[in-house]
Order: sequence, then structure tokens, then C-alpha cells
Amino acid sequence: MAEKPAGKPYADIPGTTIFDADQSRMGYHLNQFCMSLMQAENRERFLADERAYLDEWDMSKEQKQAVLDRDMNRMISLGGNIYFLAKIGATDGKSFQQMAGSMTGMPEDDYRAMMVAGGRSPDGNRYLHEWDGGNHKEADEQSDTETRP
Amino acid sequence: MSAHVTATVYTSHVPAIGAAIDLGRTDEDYWVPLFEGYEASRAWMADNTPDVIFLVYNDHATAFSLDFIPTFAIGTAARFPVADEGWGPRPVPDVVGHPELASHIAQEVILQDFDLTIVNKLAVDHGLTVPLSLLFGQPDGGPAGRWPCPVIPFAVNVVQYPVPSGRRCLALGQAIRRAIDSYPEDLNVQVWGTGGMSHQLQGPRAGLINSEFDNAFLDGLIAAPRHLADIPHVEYIREAGSEGIELVMWLIARGAMSDLSDGGGSAPEVRHRFYHVPASNTAVGHLVLEEPA
Repeated sequence: MAEKPAGKPYADIPGTTIFDADQSRMGYHLNQFCMSLMQAENRERFLADERAYLDEWDMSKEQKQAVLDRDMNRMISLGGNIYFLAKIGATDGKSFQQMAGSMTGMPEDDYRAMMVAGGRSPDGNRYLHEWDGGNHKEADEQSDTETRP
Repeated sequence: MSAHVTATVYTSHVPAIGAAIDLGRTDEDYWVPLFEGYEASRAWMADNTPDVIFLVYNDHATAFSLDFIPTFAIGTAARFPVADEGWGPRPVPDVVGHPELASHIAQEVILQDFDLTIVNKLAVDHGLTVPLSLLFGQPDGGPAGRWPCPVIPFAVNVVQYPVPSGRRCLALGQAIRRAIDSYPEDLNVQVWGTGGMSHQLQGPRAGLINSEFDNAFLDGLIAAPRHLADIPHVEYIREAGSEGIELVMWLIARGAMSDLSDGGGSAPEVRHRFYHVPASNTAVGHLVLEEPA
């Protein structure tokens, strides 16, 4: 299990990335690219040629690939913040629920059903050690069975 | 006579609620229980429409990018346009401000040592407009219509850490009340706290909901707000999800009630309380607290 870095008491929470100064520094250009998608003409230009649009931004190769792949977890690990990344989802016509669900590894219908049934329980999801060394898949299945009748 | 706080209102501000209203889907089975939960408050609000709303919310990477991240920002403009958050702007009217009261509050709160950022150009997002739609319904005329009263937007950074502590938020609410009390015009002011309740929109733990935490928070907000103010950030994140941190904003509104003022006062009266899971990814909480007559 990873040690808790000094000054980051939230580092022992599983499946969660807190958007602190370190993440923000790493993700500055990625997040500012996302902000540009708040203008309709930029959304059109991005969708017409995603690679060319991304190359206008001072983002890392990995960040650009994560955007092209629409890999939300990867974007977040590379400094993206959900409220910025949501602009990409909006450009694709996706809802917040589809975006959030896509990060859990659950099929869309299953995620929606979990929310209707009361959401993911905090039990078993508070500490990294409860996820068996960070095995997301197991934790998801565990929580899935817990939250369904 | 002076301005005075008559009530505080608390509500989640989930964007999907705005979409449901805008797309006319409020009578769908999924949404009916949620909108029913606001009916009593809308009736109360129609009878108790304030002269001004001081509305505490957070900007969701809309007006503030990573270029400027004010911890506390007060909107002093005469008008605030409705933002395009990527789905196109919501079909609701621009928000009319109250520049005189807002400037007075900025002055009086900054002189109480809270270093507010003064904002004269501010597009407002779902964090501000969804609560207005929930409590007033959709204004006639769509974007060409008007909301029932002026609104002073007050944006709190809960996106990039460090975000303000609960204790700071409660104390800020107390300072805002003093500022409102010293404004020399007879105005009925409501203070709204928005955001929350438990939700997490990111990572493999997305979808977290903690109704036990949420209901304890509602209990505490009514009867033991000083105790709630001691909750550290990490506890919100762990128990109420990463975006559950928005609940610190409710403490600003709560701090503005008379029972926490310098002179002290009676506990507020609970006009309405409602809790519902889910709206999209989020637990929806709602309270109306009125100053005792």
C-alpha cells in the first residue's frame, strides 16, 4: 500500500483523485483546452479534426492521447479535473452521469441502476486497504452487490 | 430601517435537474419525487419572495478557469449572463444583480478581514441558476423573461484545493449578516447555500452516496452548526464523496442566521426539509430555515 504523502490526508481514499496544486500544475494546459470547448465554434472545430485542435495546445502526448481515447480516468491521473473534463463530455453530447459512470468500469445501465438503488455505499469504500491494495474491479463488484437488493 | 436576513435556503444544484426542467421532463417517473419535494417550498417562496437573494454557489470551471481561482468572489455587476457550459446556455433569463447592496457587503466584509474578490463580469452557471429554477419555477418568456428578484452571486472555490474550511465559511456567514444588517435600506434578504449533498463524479469510486452522513448534516445544520463547522475536508471527501465538499458552502448561509449573531437569537424555524436519492449522480438535500418571528 502506498504511503500517505505529507499534507495529503486524502491520499488514502480509494478510487479518488483530489484536485490539489500538484494535479492542477500537471493539468493546466489540459484543463485550459477543455475551457476552450465552452465556445460553440471551438466545439465544432475540435470535432472536425481533434488531433489538429489538440496540437494547438501545450499538452503532453499522453494527455492528448487520453483525450482522443476519451479515457476519463487517464485524463484525471494526468491532471484533469472533472468540471473541466465535462466540457469534452458536453461536446460529445454526454451527460454527467455517463461521464461519471464511464470511470467506474461499470456498463452505463448498471451504473444508472446502482444510482437509482441508492448509489455506491461508503461501506468498504473509505480506505485504500479496503480495496485490497487498490484493485478497483473487485471493489466495484463488492460495492455493486452491497448496493443492490 | 435597515436590510435584514429573513430566511436561509439550502439546496443541491445538480445540472441534470436544470436539464429536466429545460427539456420539460419533470413529470417523468424518475423526476416526479424530486420535484414534489420542492412544491411546498415553491408555495412558501411565492408568499415570501425576498427583495434580494444573496446566493452562495460554486463556479464549475465556467467563469473561472485555472487562470484565476478566487476563494470567495462577490458579484457586484448589474447583470450576470447565463453561461454556455458546453451544452449551450440554459433557456433562462440573465440574472439581475444588486450592485449597491453587493458593494456594501464587499466593503463591510473586507473590513471584517475576509479578503473577497470583487467581480464585475461574471457568467453564472448551473450552480446558481438551478436553485433559482427549483425554488421559483421557470420564468415566463424564457431567456427574455425575468427572475422574481435581484440576486447577488457569491462564488466559493470548492474545485481546486486548498478550499476554505468549514469554520471559515461559518464565520464568513456571520460577517455577511453584519454587513446586511448595516445596509441603510429596508430590504428583505434571503441567503441561499447551494451544492452537495453526497456525490462523487470522478474515478472508480464515482457514484458514492451516504444518506446517513447527509441526514446527520441536515440535523446538524438546523441545531448544531458550530459543530458541523469543525468537520475537516478529508471527512467530507471520505464520507460524502469528493464533490460532497460543496457542503461547506451551506455553512456560509447558516452563519448568516440570528442565532449565531453577536447578540444571539432564537433557533431558526424549519419551514421545509427534503432529501432524495438520486438526481443523476447526486443526493439531493433541501432545507428552508426561517428567522423566528
